[in-house]
Amino acid sequence: MADHDHDHSELSDIQLRVRALETILTEKGYVDPAALDLLVESYETKIGPKNGARIVARAWTDPKFKAALLKDATEAANSLGHVSPVGSHLIAVENTPKTHNLVVCTLCSCYPWEVLGLPPVWYKSAPYRSRAVIDPKGVLTDFGVALPAETEIRIWDSTAETRFIVLPMRPAGTASWSEDRLAEIVTRDCMIGTGLPQPQGSR
Amino acid sequence: MSNTIHDMGGMHGFGPVEPEPNEPVFHAPWEGRVHALQRAIGAAGLWTIDGGRASLETLPPQTYLAATYYQRWFLGLEKRVVAYGLIGADELTTGHSLRAPVPLKRKVTPADAAKPPIRGNFERPTNTPARFKIGDRVRTANINPATHTRLPRYARGKQGVIEAIRGCHVYPDTAALDVHNESPQWLYTVVFTGQELWGDDADPAITVSIEAFEPYLLPA
Repeated sequence: MADHDHDHSELSDIQLRVRALETILTEKGYVDPAALDLLVESYETKIGPKNGARIVARAWTDPKFKAALLKDATEAANSLGHVSPVGSHLIAVENTPKTHNLVVCTLCSCYPWEVLGLPPVWYKSAPYRSRAVIDPKGVLTDFGVALPAETEIRIWDSTAETRFIVLPMRPAGTASWSEDRLAEIVTRDCMIGTGLPQPQGSR
Repeated sequence: MSNTIHDMGGMHGFGPVEPEPNEPVFHAPWEGRVHALQRAIGAAGLWTIDGGRASLETLPPQTYLAATYYQRWFLGLEKRVVAYGLIGADELTTGHSLRAPVPLKRKVTPADAAKPPIRGNFERPTNTPARFKIGDRVRTANINPATHTRLPRYARGKQGVIEAIRGCHVYPDTAALDVHNESPQWLYTVVFTGQELWGDDADPAITVSIEAFEPYLLPA
């Protein structure tokens, strides 16, 4: 069989095949469709980057929390009652004027689901996974991010079960902002390292 | 397999990264179903997270590259449920169950699924002291196993520095092959200069770290 035909047969009718697999697994009693509905819903509606944004905003406003976060991010995140629970080995890495952090998983798509939700398509894509470790400045340019020339870039390749969240720098001009207002400018990309918090344009 | 298409760090030619504004969590309902099926069947504990990864890595490279993320998840899951005897290939063909199920150690109930998902803990107790300490210079092994590993090709045979010790964790290289063979190993953050990884022309402002298990490391 030619490569092209092979690809076609492997990937054709995926929707129908997913439905068939779910039917078989349900008929056998291995899965309960009501449980599957709830598993889908958890990441569609409950868990997303807002969880991480709350953690970052707290770190910006509470130096003790920030120190705890950098020491053990799992424990610190779980001390915030209003963020859903975080499992083992979350590691927070801090952006400073000297160093900018960027997180990737070159081997698959490891990502801190509990604090950022499910990863975007680009994070799981070949362009990001291949280039982040060799051409991080080029990748940042793709996101419209330009760092000062003297800033060092540290790339964290998530090759084990440790998970990374970037603690971005608090932007200038936000000294009077409340924690809730700060959380609004902490985007998903800021916590991966492909974005910077933008106070302009925020209310 | 280790030297397969999934190991992409440092490759050229894939083009620019294309962020999608206002991206939905799932782009079609079937993606959500694949996500949920994977988590529900994974809970039975028949394979490890690395066994699951290995089933995607061993897809034919042309399929791996042509497939979207959830297509890959589906192809890996379909392969595993047959390989582990949960269903038969004939059942996939007919689209229905043709025989009695095998017993599963754990099934996800709606009550389980309603709880916030929490990652498993991969750290394990050990009596063996860590071989390296923070600040030690190390060289990564030059290994090319035919089976699963988490040492990326771009970081093999390279000199780096131990920056952090993360505890003793389930070893992916053995756990991928056998759910009962966790062989826990010390895990380190090892940092490399851009030049060490990519040569003298590399940007001196870049450093890269990997999370490296102790068997991947030698004293330098």
